[in-house]
This record gives sequence, C-alpha cells and structure tokens, in this order.
Amino acid sequence: MGITSKKEFEKNDFPIIEQYEGGSIILTQLDALVNWARSNSVWPLTFGTRCCAIEFMAVGASRHDMARFGYEVARATPRQADMIIISGSINYKMAPVLKRLYDQIADPKYVIAMGACAVSGGPFYYNSYSIVKGADHVIPVDIYVPGCPPRPEALLYAFLQLQKKIKKEKNFKKQLTK
Amino acid sequence: MSRSIGNKATSAQSENIQAMTNEQLIEQLTSANPDAVVKQGNQYPEITVAHDKLHAFMQNIKSNSSLAFDYLVCESGVDYPTYIQVVYHLESTTHKHFLVVKTNTENRETPVLDTVSDIWPTAEFHEDEIFDLLGITFTNHPHLRRLFLDETWGFPLRKDFHDDIHVVER
Amino acid sequence: MAEIIEKIITTDEIKTDEYLVNIGPQHPSTHGVLRLLTKLEGEIVHNVEPHIGYIHSGIEKMTEALSYPQIVHLTDRMDYLSAHMNNEAVCLCVEDALQVEVPERVKYIRTIFDELQRLASHQLWWCASGMDLGALTAFFYGLRDREDILDIFEETCGARLTLNYSVPGGVMFDIHPNFQKSVKAFIKKFKKKLPEYDKLLTDNIIFQNRTKGVGILSKEDAIAYGVTGPTGRASGFSCDVRKHHPYSAYPYIKFDEKLGTDGDSFMRWKLRMLEMWESLNIIEQLIDNIPEGDYAVKMKGVIKLPEGEFYQRVETARGEFGVYIVSDGKKNPYRVKFRSPGFSNLFTINHIAKGWKIADLVAIMATFDLVIPDIDR
Repeated sequence: MGITSKKEFEKNDFPIIEQYEGGSIILTQLDALVNWARSNSVWPLTFGTRCCAIEFMAVGASRHDMARFGYEVARATPRQADMIIISGSINYKMAPVLKRLYDQIADPKYVIAMGACAVSGGPFYYNSYSIVKGADHVIPVDIYVPGCPPRPEALLYAFLQLQKKIKKEKNFKKQLTK
Repeated sequence: MSRSIGNKATSAQSENIQAMTNEQLIEQLTSANPDAVVKQGNQYPEITVAHDKLHAFMQNIKSNSSLAFDYLVCESGVDYPTYIQVVYHLESTTHKHFLVVKTNTENRETPVLDTVSDIWPTAEFHEDEIFDLLGITFTNHPHLRRLFLDETWGFPLRKDFHDDIHVVER
Repeated sequence: MAEIIEKIITTDEIKTDEYLVNIGPQHPSTHGVLRLLTKLEGEIVHNVEPHIGYIHSGIEKMTEALSYPQIVHLTDRMDYLSAHMNNEAVCLCVEDALQVEVPERVKYIRTIFDELQRLASHQLWWCASGMDLGALTAFFYGLRDREDILDIFEETCGARLTLNYSVPGGVMFDIHPNFQKSVKAFIKKFKKKLPEYDKLLTDNIIFQNRTKGVGILSKEDAIAYGVTGPTGRASGFSCDVRKHHPYSAYPYIKFDEKLGTDGDSFMRWKLRMLEMWESLNIIEQLIDNIPEGDYAVKMKGVIKLPEGEFYQRVETARGEFGVYIVSDGKKNPYRVKFRSPGFSNLFTINHIAKGWKIADLVAIMATFDLVIPDIDR
C-alpha cells in the first residue's frame, strides 16, 4: 500500500481509514458515490451564439429530451450552472465574455464544444478575420462534438460521454497516488 | 434589352400607382441634374452624383412628389483602386419605382462624405457600418462609431487589408 | 406620521438617479448575442443602446475569395432560421445575372420549401417569445410541432437546419417520393395545432395586457427606418416582396398580404400568427400541382457573372433580405453585400422603447424577432 511508517502517514495527511487493510475500498466507493451524483445532475448554462443554439434548444425540447439524462434546467446565470455548451462560433470580441462566464462558474465545471465552429472555427476557418479558430483557444474543453450543426442525437451522445468522463474522476482517492 | 425587373407589373394591388418606367426616370433625372452621369444598369437605372452635390440631390429626390424616394433599402460601400464608392438603393413606397445612386470619395487616404441620416434615419447605422469596415468618415453624423470591431482593427473590407495574425488565407 | 409618509410616496419628492443596466451579451432573452445598454430610472427606460458585433464573422470579406456555389453555403449561416430563403436569394441573383431560366418544377419546389421554412421560423419565434414572456409551455409546444417540419426537410435535403438545397440553376437533388404525402399530412395536423397556439397565448388576458399598446411604431417611422417584414407590416407599411416583386412560383398563387394598423407589440404578434395561416394556404395551392421536369439546369462548371451590379430581394421570415453582387467578370465576386432585415429593424428599439418599463422592453424585443447573426454577418 505504500505506507511503511507512522511518520510517512502523518506527512501525507491521509485519512485515518487508509492505514487499515482494504481501507481504500471505502474511498473508491465514496469517489463512485460523488461522481455518480455529479454526473447525473449537470446543469448547462444558456449560452448559444449561432445556429447550434437552435439544435441545443431542440435537445432541450420534448422529442430529444435532455432532462432524462439529468441535464434538467438550463440556468441563465453562470453562478448556478455546472457546464457551458459552446454552441456557435466565438469572435474576438466575444472571447473575453466567454472567459469571464467560465470563470464565474464554480468548480467542478465542464465544457462541451458543440459544432464545427466551436471545435475549430468551422466554415469560417479560411479568410475570416474575426472568428477564433476553435473555442479551446479561450477555455479548456472536455468534449468536442463535430457537425454543422450536429444532430441532437450527437449532442446526447456527447452528454453520455461527459457522464463517463466524470465517473472516472478521483476526488478522494487521488491522495493515495501522491 | 433592358430588364426592368424592379418595375414589373405586380399582382395589381391597386391601379392608381403611377410607377415611372426606367426610361422616364432616366429622362427626368438627366434633365434635372445635367452634370450627373445617368445610365441604365443591368437591372435598375443608376446615377452617379458628385460627392459635394450628394446631400442636395438626395433631399430633392425625397421631397419631389413625382419621385418620392422615401425608403432607403440598402447603403453599401465598395472599394476601388483610387476611390471608395458608396451605393444607395432607393425605392418609393407610393410610386414603386427603384433607383440606384452612387457617389465616389475623392481619395482612399482620407475619404469623407456627407451623411444622409437626416433624410433617412436608417442611414445612420448603415453609415456606422461603412465607417467601421471601410473607413469613410461621414460629416454631420450624429454619433459615428465602430459597430462591429474596435479601434485596434484596420478596415477589413478594403482590398489592401492584410492581417497575418487573425486570418488563415486559402 | 401619516402625513409624512403620504408626502414621500409621490415620486416628485423622491429623487432617483439614472443608472446603467447591461443586458447581455449572454442572456436567454436576446435571441443571440446582443448587448443592450439600458439607462434606467427606477424601472422606466430612458435610453437603449444596442451594441452588436459579438458574432461578426466577416462573411462579406470571405465571399471575395469564394465561388458562387460556395457563397450559397455561407448564407445558410447568417439568418439560420430562414436558411433556404437566403440560399434562394443568391441563386436567384446569379440566375438573373446569367439570364438562366429555371424549370417550373424548381420554382414550385423552392417556393414550397420557402413557406415551410417560414412556418418553422415563426414556430421557433413563437416558442422563444413565449419563453421570454414567461410562458414556458409555449417553448415545448412550438418545438414539438417544428420537429415535423424538420423531418420533412431531412428526408429531402439531408439536413435539419442549414439546408443548402438550392444551387444556381436549380436544386441539388429531386424531392423525396414521400414529400407530397408528408407535407399534406403535416398541413392537416398543423391546422388543428394552430388554434391551440392562439388559445394558449394570443387570447390570454395576461399576455394581452403585456403587449397591447406597448412599443408603438408608426407607419412613417417604419418607412423612415426601413423596417420590413411582419414588424413593418404591423405598422401599416406594405412591404411584402412576395407581392410587390414576385419571384419563383409566387406569381402563380393567390394570397393576402396582412397589414396591421396599430403598430404595437400585440399587432406584430397577431400578424405573425396570421402569416402562419397564409403560409399553409400557399403550400396547399402548390403541393398538388408540382409540374414534372428537371430539377436543375446544367450550368457551367465555373460560374462567372458578367460585369456589373445585381440586386435581388426576397422576403424572409424577418423581412426583406437583399443580395447586392458587384462582379468584374471573374469567378469570385468583387463585392457582395447582404442587406439584412434585422439590421434595420434593430435600431428602432431606442426610438420605440423610451418611456416603457423594462418588462415591456422584453416584450418589444420578443415581437421584433431578431436573429443576431443576421445583423452582424
């Protein structure tokens, strides 16, 4: 397990449960619990700049319902949201606004880049003087969804991939690998 | 063969609309403005006015009751090698005829034109856009400002605009 | 004590300051990235200054390096809710310049798609405006019915939103064999749904109190500011391009141009609902009579327009959309300018929202039906 002496234990500040045999299983279960709760309730911010915003609205509507995956309400204020879906192209004028919104979201936060414009500049890659060639120049992105605009089913698949990604996070157990 | 698409007879909403045909329009404008160049373009009659006579001419065609051009459809700027041209597309809501007015600035280094926003209020914002993207300053404009870009940008619609940082050329 | 309180309650006694409230660019109620700097005193609006440019992509500069079929692809992304009408505008301009006559079948197909697109756009407007005013149910109703139209689009064009179906010379492929059947089934179904929309919002007393008499735009102002579309027609400005300069299959059909008189928000709302009925009427006249024939004319591989200038206008769901092409004979245009309806419509906001409360400003913006990428291009 890696702990050989009491001094090492105190130095690394492990929870007391670690020193027992099988104690890390409890931390794994705690991690799983927290990740399960987080992944099934990620609330997006209402952020749409271009055509992909319409497909995002269609995902929120009744045919392709995103509420059944836990992405229940789209909050208007970043203080209450967990995630930004960048649907649409980002401009040099809009980039500071996006960064400020991202900073205002509390941790843990996630970002999905939806559509070709957010992934890499899209149809505006060549010869456009004012589009940022990919939203990941501005904020870190977790999931990229290609398409122009991507189908609502593609966005739902991205939501599921994001859930898988969240489930792999280590919040408690990571202290063990220090 | 002149295609008078703008003056095509429509589904006869009302019979008392006296739309002038392109020929009548050209004739009236030529006689009123002998030093302006009037010709029949591909679709509509086009008149090129000198930039110092622009405001008076525009005032005239709006207030003249047989012309009555009260609806400014579009105002655009086009960059040419030695001057910048501003093109006005005008329509009359009462007579239903259409006209294209063009005017050229003197040079490309300090392009200045008179505003027409006191005649048609919508021109105020079209001229803001032309100032933003082409650099023409309009005198007597109530509040000339850059709409889309800010002061650190050049004038992108000019043909000599070259930006290595932001543009990926194909 | 009571006399002191009574004295303070009148607003003449209380001195308030003006303050600036920034609405946007990220806000669920501005239909895109629009920033409104509002100067308020209490809740009364004194000045509204729209700041745009947050989605400016330089499309007009990009077109100078593209060929004409490629420009059609870009126009989809400007006013994406009237994507087909934007495509058609460029195609008509090019065909007009080259004096190419498209087959009758193409005209009928394009007009039917136009009207279907107009229906889809008005549905989205209805649900987004309902949501702005607080009626969240409208959001789900509108999008539910819009999915049927998007299914029809997807069967024929392959895409739901950015259709890219018209090309200079015709359309890209022929309509799907199920097209006529699906459209007729949709019309039958939608005729029952449309009265539901009216019952939900238009006849609702709360809604009427919020929109009747609010934000009046007079006819002279509409003409002076160049406000077209349902917004301009609600003020009495007869500006329907389909009536005055008909194109495609519009000369062959009969329909009414609805005009309003008051110019307030309720009139603008009602007019769009009536336009939805008119669109259904137009589609019914056309759907059974699509003539047989080719779906496109063979054009040259590289399209070059003759020298000169060309202007084409179409009626999109928002108003008059214009394409102005300056060509010098080469395969790329010298300059392309898009006359967007939203650009002229937006800047009347300051003129008509003065003196109203902030909630009325939301109602006015909702009935203006703006799509900001159309304004910013």
